[in-house]
Amino acid sequence: MTRVFAVCLTLALLAGCTPALRGTGDLGLVVERADGRLMVVETTGNTKLASVSGLGDLSHAALVYSRDQRFAFVFGRDGGLTKVDVLTGSIAGRVMQSGNSIGGAISQDGTLVAVANYTPGGIKVFDSGTLEQVADIPAMGADGKPSKVIGIADLSGKRFIYTLYDAGEIWIADLADLKSPRLTKYTNIGRLPYDALITGDGRWYLAGLFGEDGIALLDLWNPGKGVRRILDHYGKGKEALPVYKMPHLRGWAAAGDEIWLPAIGHHQVLVVDKGTWTEKTRIDVAGQPVFAMARPDGRQVWVNFALPDYSKVQVIDTQTKTVIKTLEPGLAILHMEFTPKGERVWLSARDSDKVVVYDTETLEPVAELPAAKPSGIFFTNRAHKTGL
Amino acid sequence: MRVLGAITGAVVLAAWPAGAELAPERQARLRDMVAQDCGSCHGMTRQGGLGSPLLQDDMVKLSAESVVHTILEGRPGTPMPPWKTMLSRDDAAWIAAYLMGEVK
Repeated sequence: MTRVFAVCLTLALLAGCTPALRGTGDLGLVVERADGRLMVVETTGNTKLASVSGLGDLSHAALVYSRDQRFAFVFGRDGGLTKVDVLTGSIAGRVMQSGNSIGGAISQDGTLVAVANYTPGGIKVFDSGTLEQVADIPAMGADGKPSKVIGIADLSGKRFIYTLYDAGEIWIADLADLKSPRLTKYTNIGRLPYDALITGDGRWYLAGLFGEDGIALLDLWNPGKGVRRILDHYGKGKEALPVYKMPHLRGWAAAGDEIWLPAIGHHQVLVVDKGTWTEKTRIDVAGQPVFAMARPDGRQVWVNFALPDYSKVQVIDTQTKTVIKTLEPGLAILHMEFTPKGERVWLSARDSDKVVVYDTETLEPVAELPAAKPSGIFFTNRAHKTGL
Repeated sequence: MRVLGAITGAVVLAAWPAGAELAPERQARLRDMVAQDCGSCHGMTRQGGLGSPLLQDDMVKLSAESVVHTILEGRPGTPMPPWKTMLSRDDAAWIAAYLMGEVK
């Protein structure tokens, strides 16, 4: 029996017939941005399983996963929406849906994929099975001008929340009736919101403001109360520095009752009380933070930086609120992604053409994978998280 | 030193195409920067994003001086930062010429 199985396996490997069954829970995708290509990786043995090419301009690519964790919906800068089968390492569908896009979200029930667009501004919504377009919602601000859309996330029901960059507005689109989507708009939220996040419980939506120090906050349990401003003037008395890479709020850090946010224009991470939304403290770091991400257990926050400090990563202990280690994993660290339970973190070192895997207890590197100009890293456990 | 840099920049701008003096390694580094770092906002294919498009057809409508100025000083009130802390005037002049298709 064993021999028969071995022969079958050999034949399967040689002839490409039915491969061994496997799940997708330990799989992920790494964006190779310069080549319009994705690496399919697995995090159990830290290996690459396949390459998927032909995805266009991936200079700021993001993706979301289907709820069965088999398919990724990849949002390319050039407006390409590509459905990738991570099990077979192949393209399952692709549409050019706009001239220029920034990201997207998948609905709570997994049936709809919404893409946030720059040109023309607005969102387009697609059937996740067929990639057929089911809705097109332009983003015309109260000022009468089209606006770029950023910070899109899924809400409960067939709803999406997103922010208008130019107009400074937060919109909620309810697609329960695809033929007539219902829009709720919050205007005058602040100047130039550059990114937004939704907390994992789906209650709070926060939009960071580039045009001023502060964050716009919407309580989705009490949406009638409107948007309020928190952390006004966190940089008061200090001149903001030039920002060489926009902070990313997604992949946000919540540790216990605290939220950790990159301060825009300052070499600091802000620690905010989640109950009162007031600043508890701030931590000086090695540069302008781009991502501040909590290990899944909330015990550490890992921070990477904009140019010229983008080859460093700092690990903050969330109890003592001190930097416990400064790492230099490679050149131009663009993204970090924790394995689902947080024992490892994968970092993309763009200019070193590699992905480095660290043990999050020892803070030592444990594996390296060659990758061409890697940027975003996305593991399939994102499928079951709101806002990712 | 800064004065010298400014003078060199002026000379380079006058003696178009710019940046011929840059070492090949520096040119390669700047090509990478345009693709990767500028590309984060302007797109690696330069069709734009949060930043404006940097396609050759758009760029040739601008003056080299204004492009160099935007690279070095940024555009206040927008996310375009001043790059003068990381790029010299010669670097910026080379990038302007590169975006305009004057150098490869």
